[in-house]
Amino acid sequence: MRLVVDLNRCQGYAQCAFLGPDVFRLHGEESLLYDPVVGAEKRDQVLAAAAACPVGAILVDGPGVREVDAVVG
Amino acid sequence: MTAPETMMRRIADPAARPDPYPLYEELRRTPVARQDDGVYTVSTYWEIRSLLNDPRVSSQTRPPLVPTPSGARSMLRLDPAEHDRVRRIVTRPFGPPHTPRRVFEMRRGMADTVRGLLDAFADKDQADIVDDFAYPFPISVICRLFGVPVEDEPRFHLWTESLLGAADFGAEHKPDPHLLDPDAAKIEMGGYLAELFDKHRKDPGDDMFSALAVDDGPDGRLTPPEQVATGFLLLIAGHETTVNLITNGVLTLLRHPQELKRLKDDPDLAVPMIEELLRYEPPVQYLPNRRTMDAVEVAGTVIPKDTDVNLMLAAGNRDPRRFPDADRFVPDRGDVEHLGFGNGVHYCFGAPLARLETRIALTEFARRVKGPELVADPPPYRVNPVLRGPRHLPVAYRGVRS
Amino acid sequence: MSAERIDRVVIVGASLAGLRAAEALRDEGFTGRLTLIGDEPEPAYDRPPLSKQVLLGQVAADATALPLARDVDAQWRLGTAATGLDLDGRTVLLADGSKVPFDRLLIATGTRARPWANEAEAALEGVLTLRTSADAGRLAALLDAKPRRVLVVGAGFTGSEIASACRERGIDVTVAERGPAPLVGALGGVIGEAAARLQRAHGVDLRCGVTVTSLEGDEAGRLCRAHLSDGTVLEADVAVVALGAIRNTGWLEGSGLAAGPRGIAADAACRAFDHNGIATDDIFVAGDVARMPHALFGYQFLSLEHWGNAVEQARLAAHNMLCASRDRRPHLWIPAFWSSQFGVNIKSIGVPTMGDEVVVTQGALEDDRFVAVYGHRGRVIAAVSFDHGRWLDFYRCLIESAAPFPPEFAGVDRPPPGTVPVPACFPDPSVPSHGPTVTVSGYAPSERRITFTPAPA
Repeated sequence: MRLVVDLNRCQGYAQCAFLGPDVFRLHGEESLLYDPVVGAEKRDQVLAAAAACPVGAILVDGPGVREVDAVVG
Repeated sequence: MTAPETMMRRIADPAARPDPYPLYEELRRTPVARQDDGVYTVSTYWEIRSLLNDPRVSSQTRPPLVPTPSGARSMLRLDPAEHDRVRRIVTRPFGPPHTPRRVFEMRRGMADTVRGLLDAFADKDQADIVDDFAYPFPISVICRLFGVPVEDEPRFHLWTESLLGAADFGAEHKPDPHLLDPDAAKIEMGGYLAELFDKHRKDPGDDMFSALAVDDGPDGRLTPPEQVATGFLLLIAGHETTVNLITNGVLTLLRHPQELKRLKDDPDLAVPMIEELLRYEPPVQYLPNRRTMDAVEVAGTVIPKDTDVNLMLAAGNRDPRRFPDADRFVPDRGDVEHLGFGNGVHYCFGAPLARLETRIALTEFARRVKGPELVADPPPYRVNPVLRGPRHLPVAYRGVRS
Repeated sequence: MSAERIDRVVIVGASLAGLRAAEALRDEGFTGRLTLIGDEPEPAYDRPPLSKQVLLGQVAADATALPLARDVDAQWRLGTAATGLDLDGRTVLLADGSKVPFDRLLIATGTRARPWANEAEAALEGVLTLRTSADAGRLAALLDAKPRRVLVVGAGFTGSEIASACRERGIDVTVAERGPAPLVGALGGVIGEAAARLQRAHGVDLRCGVTVTSLEGDEAGRLCRAHLSDGTVLEADVAVVALGAIRNTGWLEGSGLAAGPRGIAADAACRAFDHNGIATDDIFVAGDVARMPHALFGYQFLSLEHWGNAVEQARLAAHNMLCASRDRRPHLWIPAFWSSQFGVNIKSIGVPTMGDEVVVTQGALEDDRFVAVYGHRGRVIAAVSFDHGRWLDFYRCLIESAAPFPPEFAGVDRPPPGTVPVPACFPDPSVPSHGPTVTVSGYAPSERRITFTPAPA
């Protein structure tokens, strides 16, 4: 699954790094680094992190979203 | 008593405890209101949120309701930069960036504890969710995490109850005869913590209090009085709030049986449900610890300098201008940026722990307990209007799944 | 509003802004045919991680794909650049010779890295820029090979983040910056000094006030050394050219749109101006390539190379493209960006480059934890934080309410009394530089006509 963190919104509360440590890492006191594409085994961590974010900064693929489908050269 | 019936007094009245929300609705009609005793209440979402992030609002200058035993202030009652220094030191053995996996790795132990507690339900057809489930679970978790011997639990439970029971929230209530004199409780608890940190200093274990006693990070180490103040805060907060969150969760689910069934069928629903629970029934109802350091204009009202301000989190959480259908419990509402854990630099230190504990507790309760029903609604509540929650929550059921 | 039906929307630029616009169009109820055209072959990916997680070796360069909040049901023409626009015929021309007709067009072609000016030197192995995921993949591989030294040319945000990643991986790095300090174009000299201290504390060989005069290769065509304007000769295996970005407007030359090296001018509703300075009704612009007036900043035209700006303008353009004219919304987003370097989170809100003066309002510069506020003609215009991001909402309110500068208040973590504003020390804009993040120019939409002067890149 794909995710992106709106780092303008992010304020370093680090809830994601607590609840999804295999995906989200705090780098220093406030900077967040994360894996933008993760396997299904980490889905639970991503969803827990996204729900817990106090500023709603974590965006994930919507339900049923497919990869970009028709690539016509 | 001829004192004016201020809103804070009405909220503090134990009779309001089962359902304070009509009072909060009344409060929200004046988002920033001066009460008769000079305290300002702020009760709407955006206004609370802005003050939680306003550098002109102090957490330090208002006298604490429950002073710490060591004279040092806990981080709850410190302002930056001092607050930030203490919080960084206390975070070091607790979470990222230094100890990122500690809380996450506690999941298995949490699940084991919950399993044991629910196994014990099997011998009965009725249980008290507080005494048999929501209380012993977080206690065992924090004892392990902090390095507090679990057999000492009855002692600090009594101290905590005595201190919180005595805090003056402005309402009349009879002191509980089982409780200690609050000064005595404070002195005993302070002595206990000082001794505990001393013990950890000499023989450190793999726990947080040991780390606080011996580790030196870039910010150095807490002084012994700061250690005691921190231990005091973490024990009380780690103790009282999660109990109420889990209990409020079970109560809310039993009042919404269709949601209980949904959770049973889909355990992943617990993740958004906990956020909604934190909005709908927050375990910390308001923050009675802020004071302005300058005149602050909010929502067209100027709060003068040096004025006590109560930030009414639970009222803001039900602000219809922020949350549509705010008085309804909607576990999967997408937009649920609640104030249940506060906001800003004092955001709840134990939030990730509370989230994991509550997730495990509620999913397992929904999965295992057959046909649960409330024995009394509303249940009896604790006196404290800030750390609000049922004193007991008797639930009848028809057995326990394995 | 004409009763014209909108059946075909074309988005040129299939990166962040294009993707968010596509989502927003569907959210707004557009059910017609949607085509996205992008010159890169990959589906939209996120760029900020390329200079951070990817260079640190934590994330593969091709693993930063952006999520989609919803299915957008679009035709994606990726790996095909747009080469021209026929305004009268409402057609986009593509590199493969095909033509794509539209009723509404959104241009979100973004920017590309400014290349090293000497083409032969730029072609040396080990010399590269960082903009695309392919660039990041190449640079990450070069860093994996443990180069003796990396030279970063330009200490803007990208250059500084690259230097940070090198140091974290234990690689020697020299940063050559024409200005007096890193980040000086975006944040000014005072905060630039704090950034310089940060770099040096982390072992960066930071050289300010110098330029790289030439890059030298060995007989195999590999970079081996660099010559600096102060006479220094530096041994290096890798040189990253981080001299800012060029807006991708070349394909619009002669189209009749007000497009040039500074971007495509548009009104606050994201409607592109034609070369007479008249807003079109059917061509919209969003993201790095756009420049549009902002009411809060004196109606000056802002070009913002910011992630958040791309997202906001994309949504706005999508809305304004479909709605009735009276329902159009203006671009009022307060500029904001972040950078992560040397373990410090740098955040900015407002337009620091407009600041005449700057004052620390919370924390302390020397602790690398602070908020600094910028003033412009006696009002608060911007704020920048180092590891103090939670306070920025407070300062956003000061910016939005045009609060007096310097802000005077009693509060927590205030600097000692006597802390007064000092000149913000932005470099003279007439001196060529690698370009600040925000460029401000003085045309106002209230003027009857804009004098648009196309200039070579």
